[in-house]
Amino acid sequence: MSRSTLIGYAALAAGLAVVWGIEIFAIPWTNPYYANIAIRVGFNLLAVMGLALVLGFTGQFSLGHAGFMAVGAYGSASLALHAHVPPMLAIPLGGCMAAVAGLAVGVPSLRLSGDYLAVVTLGFNQIIVVLVQNVPALGGALGLTDVPVATTFGVTFTWVLLGAVFMRNLLASAYGRTFAAVRDNEIATRSLGVDTTRVKVTAFVVGAFWAGIAGSLLGFYNSSIFPKQFEFDRSIELLTMVVLGGTGSLSGPFLAAGLLTALPEALREFSQYRMVVYATLLIAMMGLRPQGILGKHELSDVVRGLWRRRAVA
Amino acid sequence: MTLFIQQVVNGLSLGAIYALIALGYTMVYGTLQMINFAHSEVFMMGGFFALLLARATGVAENPTLAGVALVAVATMASCALLGAAIERLAYRPMRKSGRLNLLITAIGMSLLLQNSALLVWGTNVPFPDLLPRHTWNVAGVTLSSNNLLVFGVTIALMIGLHHVVERTQMGRAMRAVAVSRDAAALMGIPVDRVIAFTFALGSALAGAASMLWVIDNPRVDPFMGTMPGLKAFVAAVLGGIGSIPGAVAGALLLGLCETMVSGYLSSTWRDAVAFMLLIVILLYRPAGLLGKNVAEKV
Repeated sequence: MSRSTLIGYAALAAGLAVVWGIEIFAIPWTNPYYANIAIRVGFNLLAVMGLALVLGFTGQFSLGHAGFMAVGAYGSASLALHAHVPPMLAIPLGGCMAAVAGLAVGVPSLRLSGDYLAVVTLGFNQIIVVLVQNVPALGGALGLTDVPVATTFGVTFTWVLLGAVFMRNLLASAYGRTFAAVRDNEIATRSLGVDTTRVKVTAFVVGAFWAGIAGSLLGFYNSSIFPKQFEFDRSIELLTMVVLGGTGSLSGPFLAAGLLTALPEALREFSQYRMVVYATLLIAMMGLRPQGILGKHELSDVVRGLWRRRAVA
Repeated sequence: MTLFIQQVVNGLSLGAIYALIALGYTMVYGTLQMINFAHSEVFMMGGFFALLLARATGVAENPTLAGVALVAVATMASCALLGAAIERLAYRPMRKSGRLNLLITAIGMSLLLQNSALLVWGTNVPFPDLLPRHTWNVAGVTLSSNNLLVFGVTIALMIGLHHVVERTQMGRAMRAVAVSRDAAALMGIPVDRVIAFTFALGSALAGAASMLWVIDNPRVDPFMGTMPGLKAFVAAVLGGIGSIPGAVAGALLLGLCETMVSGYLSSTWRDAVAFMLLIVILLYRPAGLLGKNVAEKV
C-alpha cells in the first residue's frame, strides 16, 4: 500500500472519529437550525462530488445530475417503504440504482459531446421528473411520505468522508489520471491506447452513484420526497457549485457547496432581497475569479503553499 | 382525423412561439458559442414590459388594434435594449474567461432578473384582454383569432429576419462573426457591435413571442419564462444549434410533438415524450436536424 493511500485511510479514520464525536457530544446541544444547515451542506457535498468528477475532471457537460439524485431517493425510499429494507442498507442500494441509471444514460449519450450531451442529460432529468410525477406507486406530484427517518449528522458525514477518500484515491491513481486526460485532449488520450468512452462512462456511473447516495440520504432525512426537489434548477445549482469551486478540483467544489448552501441562510435577514443579492454575488464572483475559488488546485496545495512561504520567510 | 388536424393547428401555433424564442438562443450561440440562459428571462420581462406599456398608454383600458400594435413594437424595442444591456454589462467582461464561466454568468443573470421581477411586481399578475377573441369552426376544427395572429406575426417576423440576416450589411457581418470571430475582426468588422446587435435582435424576437404568449395566456409571472425558454432551447439544439432554419424546424417539430402527445395520450406525459424524441433524434443525428457535422481535427 502506497504512502498516499495510507494517508487517505488515516484521514478517513480520524475524520470518522471527529464526525461521530460531534454527533454524540455536540449535536444534542446544538441549535437544530444549524445542525440542519450542516446536514444539507453534507448532501450537497456528496452530490457535487459526483458532478466534479463528470464535469470538472472528465470535462463532460452534464445538466441532469439532479435526475440521478431522484433515482437514488425514490429507489431507496421505495425499498424502505414497500420491501421494508432497513435504511442503512437502502442508502447504498439507492446509490447503486443511480449508478445503473448513470450507465443507461451514459452508454448511448456519450457519443455526443459538449452542448448536445448537456441537452440529452437535461432531457433525462426532465423525463425522470415526469416519470415520478405520473407513476402512482411513486406518489405522483405529492411524492412519497412516511419514509422512515434515519439520516443524522453522523450518517451524512460518514458518507461524505467515505466519498471524499474514495474520490481522492481514485483521482490519485493511474486510472484516475485518465479522467483529466480525456478532458484536456480526448484525441491525444485515445491515441495513447486509452478507451476514452469507457473512461467517460465510468465517470458518469461513479458520479451518478454519489448523487444517488445524496438523494437517498435526503429522503431518509425529510421523511418525504417529491418530484419538485429534483427538477432542472437543482442540476443547475450543482453545476454552479462545481464551476464556482473550480473545475478540476475536488475541494474547490466542496468549498463552493458549503458557501452556496450557507450563503442564502446568512442572507436570511434581508429575506426578500436575498435571492437578488445571491445572484449578484454569483455574477460578481465569476467576474472576479473566473477560474473558480481554487481553480485546478486542491485545498491541500494551498495550505502547503502557505506553509512553504512561511518556512522561507 | 379532425383531432389530428386540430392538434396540427395547436402544435404549429405553440411551435411558432417556441421558434421565436429559439431564434434568440441559436443566433447568440452562433456568434458566441454560449448558451444564454437569461434568454428565457428576456421573454419573461417582455410580458411585464407589455403590461406596463399597455397600462401607461391606456391601451389596457380601451384596446385598439393600432394601440396593441404600438405596445407590441415598444415591447420588442424594450426587450432589445434589455438584451443588449445584459450582453454589455454581464457577458462582455466575461468573454475571455471560458464558456463555462459565461454559462454560470448567464445563470446568475437569469436568477437576478427573475428575483428582481418577483420583488418589484410579484407573482401571477393578470394581463388585460387586449384583443377580442374570435373562433371559427372549419370542418370540425376550431381555429381561433389568436392562432391566426401567431401564424401571421411569426411568418412576418421570419421574413423580416431572413431579410436582415441575408440582405443587410449587419446580417452579413453576423454571418461572418459566426464563421470566425477572429477572422471577422481582421476584416474590420466591429465584432463587439455585431454581437450586441445579435443580442438585441434575438431579444426583440423574444419580446414578440412574449406579447403573443400573454395575449393567449393572460397572466404574467416572474417564472413564466422557465418552461417555454427551456423548450425553445431544446428546439434550437434539436434543429442544430447555430442554424436559423434549424431552430424554426426544431421548434415546430417540438410543438407538434407536444400537442400530439396531449391529444392522443395524456398531457401529463407530453414533456417526457418531447424529451424522448429529442434524445432519439440526437442519437441518430448528433449535430441536430439541420446542423453541420464538423469533422474532428487532430
